[in-house]
Amino acid sequence: MTTLKRINGFWISFVLALVFFIVVQLLISGGMLNTFYINTLFFMAINIILAVSLHLIIGITGQFSIGHAGFLAVGAYASAIMTMKLQMPFALSLLVGGIVAAAAGLLIGIPSLRLKGDYLAIATLGFGEIVRIILLNVDYVGGASGMTVTHLTSWPWVFACLLITIIVIANFTNSTHGRACISIREDEIAADSMGINTTYYKVAAFVIGSFFAGIAGGLYAHNFYIIQPTNFGFLKSFDILIFVVLGGLGSMSGAVIAAILLTIVSTFLQDYPETRMIIYSLVLILVMIYRPKGLLGTRELTSFFRLGKAVEGGKQGENKQTVA
Amino acid sequence: MELIQQLVNGISLGSIYALIALGYTMVYGIVRLINFAHGDVFMVGAFVGFYAITSLNLGFFPALLLAMVVCALLGVIIERIAYKPLRNATRIAALITAIGVSLFIEYGTIYVRGAQPEAYPSTLLPDKSIEVFGVTISSQSLLILCTSIVLMILLQLIVHKTKIGKAMRAVSYDSEAARLMGINVDNTISATFAIGSALAGAAGVIFGIYYIKIEPLMGIIPGLKAFVAAVLGGIGIIPGAMVGGLALGVIEALVSGLGYSLWRDGVAFIVLILILIFRPSGLFGKNVREKV
Repeated sequence: MTTLKRINGFWISFVLALVFFIVVQLLISGGMLNTFYINTLFFMAINIILAVSLHLIIGITGQFSIGHAGFLAVGAYASAIMTMKLQMPFALSLLVGGIVAAAAGLLIGIPSLRLKGDYLAIATLGFGEIVRIILLNVDYVGGASGMTVTHLTSWPWVFACLLITIIVIANFTNSTHGRACISIREDEIAADSMGINTTYYKVAAFVIGSFFAGIAGGLYAHNFYIIQPTNFGFLKSFDILIFVVLGGLGSMSGAVIAAILLTIVSTFLQDYPETRMIIYSLVLILVMIYRPKGLLGTRELTSFFRLGKAVEGGKQGENKQTVA
Repeated sequence: MELIQQLVNGISLGSIYALIALGYTMVYGIVRLINFAHGDVFMVGAFVGFYAITSLNLGFFPALLLAMVVCALLGVIIERIAYKPLRNATRIAALITAIGVSLFIEYGTIYVRGAQPEAYPSTLLPDKSIEVFGVTISSQSLLILCTSIVLMILLQLIVHKTKIGKAMRAVSYDSEAARLMGINVDNTISATFAIGSALAGAAGVIFGIYYIKIEPLMGIIPGLKAFVAAVLGGIGIIPGAMVGGLALGVIEALVSGLGYSLWRDGVAFIVLILILIFRPSGLFGKNVREKV
């Protein structure tokens, strides 16, 4: 019964998403949206992919990573090399961007797992900086002056990537593996003693998260005509982190909403970058002091539609799952 | 000789890192918080020193003292407003607040005075070079080194010989027990922030004298590197921060000396990741077993 309902819910959302896609596509091809709005829309979608992929690492698995821009950079440069230097098709280069970023995630994930909390945060921050410095010093990708990239990102690509990211991460979260990740977030020692392979799941979360960050990187690179190492400093990482924290650590819909809102805010404040950063930082401090769970906490937006039922951390009673 | 020259440069740079790292390590030792805003306190110190020298026509030592006092106040204000309400919150919440405070100070400074860099007057200190066995040591770097060493000795005296130092050690060992023994934990934490921030302020002025150019975002990279230095020496351990800072400075200078100066910033982070992988408790730290 519940399974059927869940599947129905999935298809309803899927159809709604398709309708949204077609409407926007018609608006774009009909010339109703100008370039400014289209760019904001693309930027929003890329930010959502980044927010959701970081949400998997921080919100679900509880691994505090603040070097997400590093994965974004790896994906952006890898896909740009594929299209610009090797003349590969866009789809393939997006995929390669994701895979290379996932490999970077594996590389940083395995050693980082000996670290916890603050130390992991600093190690990932260090990783992000190392990526930036390497890109700055490699002449093949243009060094500090960056790399010119042709504009290939279009609405169908952006939307398809966004949809796939959300579906994969939502389903992952609701699967046995996702439950294992949540248990690591809640209490790593307890999860370990219940027989969950914590190392495996932490690496898996890192790899999946960085894969989608790499895909976002590919879209980002082919949307902006030029990519430079300075675009991927740790301020970018903090931007992504703010989406996740503000939306609620552990809530995917929260991350999506925060990404949408903050993209709009930062588009409006584009001409006043200092004001934007001051507002960002004040919001961050105030949210942490007065509502440390973020806007939605660990709840999802859909949970507000079925009040009265247990929604946190899965359904209770029926449908209990064991963890491999 | 080239090698020894680089060593001398590295020690000057390292003493700046060490001064900043001391603040990181003291704060971490007492409240288990990576105070990301510490690098920005360093930046504020550099600017206070700059304005004290150019506008108030103060000499080096009065400017240094003024910067230390202002930074100490700033550190206490940050602690009281932003970190105190989060004493019992999760570590992640505190860390994110620290990032927020850091961004706020950086962009607040830009908002108030603009992003343009300033140059420290170069005539402040007598600039003579001393030749020792073919190695040139400028009198400036000698003075910088002496100032840093005096400040570190002073810190050791405060921590080990005074009442507040004893309270700081007690709180960092076990804050609950310290509270039961009648120690005012909140004041002790504020004092720790004040002392750490004063050292960062001093480092800011010294940095300005040594590198001339200062700007509102200058605190980020030295701040991160000082944190690396603190981790290298074992976070929470005061002698560790000094040794870690000096070691990091020397490593960077050697890398620059070998002709890889563009990779200098990367090396610090590689050192960080290596130390975290192979010896997470740092050079001076003890391994603590995890208890459930």
